[in-house]
Amino acid sequence: MVTAGPSPVAAPPALLTVRNLSIRYGDKVALQGVDLDVRPNEIVGIIGPANAGKTSFLRALNRMDALVPEMQVDGTITFAGRDLRDVRNLYALRSRIGVVFPLPVGLPLSIYDNVALAPRLRGVKARSELDGIVERSLRRAALWDEVKDRLKSLGSLLSGGQQQRLTIARALSQEPELLLLDEFSIAIDPVTTMRIEEVLKELRQELSIVLVTNLVQQARRLAARTAFFLGGRCVEIIATELLFSGGAKDQRTIDYLEGRFG
Amino acid sequence: MAANAYPPTAPPGQPAWAAALDTRNSAWWQDLVMRVVVMAGGISAILFIVAIFGFIASQGIEFIVHRLDLGALLTGVRWEPTVEPPSYGALPLIAGTAFITLVAMAIAVPLAFGAAVYVGEFARGKQREWLKIGIELLAAIPSVVWGVIGLHVMKPVIQDLFGVQVGLNVLNAGIILGLMAAPIMATIAEDALKAVPDTYREAAESLGATKWQVVWKVVLPHARPGLSAAVLLGIGRAFGETIAVLMASGHRLMIPESIFDSAATLTATIAAELGEAAVGGDHYQVLFVLGMLLFVITFAINLTADWIVRGRRRQA
Repeated sequence: MVTAGPSPVAAPPALLTVRNLSIRYGDKVALQGVDLDVRPNEIVGIIGPANAGKTSFLRALNRMDALVPEMQVDGTITFAGRDLRDVRNLYALRSRIGVVFPLPVGLPLSIYDNVALAPRLRGVKARSELDGIVERSLRRAALWDEVKDRLKSLGSLLSGGQQQRLTIARALSQEPELLLLDEFSIAIDPVTTMRIEEVLKELRQELSIVLVTNLVQQARRLAARTAFFLGGRCVEIIATELLFSGGAKDQRTIDYLEGRFG
Repeated sequence: MAANAYPPTAPPGQPAWAAALDTRNSAWWQDLVMRVVVMAGGISAILFIVAIFGFIASQGIEFIVHRLDLGALLTGVRWEPTVEPPSYGALPLIAGTAFITLVAMAIAVPLAFGAAVYVGEFARGKQREWLKIGIELLAAIPSVVWGVIGLHVMKPVIQDLFGVQVGLNVLNAGIILGLMAAPIMATIAEDALKAVPDTYREAAESLGATKWQVVWKVVLPHARPGLSAAVLLGIGRAFGETIAVLMASGHRLMIPESIFDSAATLTATIAAELGEAAVGGDHYQVLFVLGMLLFVITFAINLTADWIVRGRRRQA
């Protein structure tokens, strides 16, 4: 048995627990029997090839099965001590869990309104407060310097990488407790990616992050623990340090890390 | 697994923000209320359709139950409701409707698709805007105006051009109906083309495909369900049109044998005769049976259109 990080006895309870999670779309099984915990202020990386079920996993965490009729979720997901299926206010749940999808979605609003949307929806009206949230969120997403002079222009007109950072800023405007990132850097240049990674490291002081990534090195840089998904199963979850120092127990994980995968 | 060995539930001292998950706030209730309100709007459409069908059926129910011979109605060639004894053979009306609709589609489909492809794929900028406005205006012309055009413009033109005695005939009604149906079909077809992602066009153009090749090989195949729906809705429009066909078709209650014969349609017959039929009498009731027939046909056409669009979407 591998023990990672500080002793579990002193550790706070998990923010999110996933037990025996299975996801089906009609007859097609996307995920099977996954157990995973996310602790407060922890970044959990999820790596694995296409069709491993990584994205479906994130969808289930945000209760997106309520939006996709054929998506069938079994198992138990607990967030802040509440079973996700029993949460009385699904919208409040989603506002505590931010999601960033792989392809940027700049809503057809101004840059300012994109970021101010969620705070406004929850009733923030004071201009100064909104200004503060917008600036802080944009700064955290490493976008502020590029757009501070044109906050009124349309968010959907930004470049792909900028839109993705806008999407991240929007997710952060909620001050979520959990941030789900699905291959966020797919449309961003390496320099910006590094800047956002720095931001994510800082954000760890305030929230937990589940980072699905195709870039093994990104998981290495950011995640405290890394899960390897393959063919709808969680092959193993292990302290990232151990994973990259040859500590993986499953041969498939080792093969994937070394790029021997076909 | 030790890496996962954490207590699965939160301790008594839960974070303050988590209480929001258990609270149904005003936004939650607003969502519920608005769901009910818009659902009422959505369901009202079904209610109306059921009510209308119920009304039509109730007006003809006595005849349907006691005296209706469906075979004779559908295949009888004599529609003579005012002769003694009356004969209710609707085949001339069915044939007239079908024939005129067929001619209308032969005219409307090329026109509408041509317009849609030009406006959607080739026209740019101001020209495109003006064309779209023109098509929308054309769709807004009242049908009685089209009837007058059939009566006073198309009639002499057809007589002179083809040297026929009767200018109010299947051809005239077909042209008028085709021109009426084309704008709405063009609008729907153009929507279908617009729904094809630009990335498809760019991908094809980057391979050196000409504009027309892109349209023919990429855009039209992808838009096919929408285009089929446009045709079917055009057919539905032609089927249901009344006053313009009544004015342009000559309204002759016999099976048309060529496009230069006058003909009568189901709708025009109902409109022309319902006012004179004694309420509750056989003639009156038969006209409602014709109404049900129309209803069923239109319903079938619309369902087919819907089915084509949905079936295709599921494949994609």
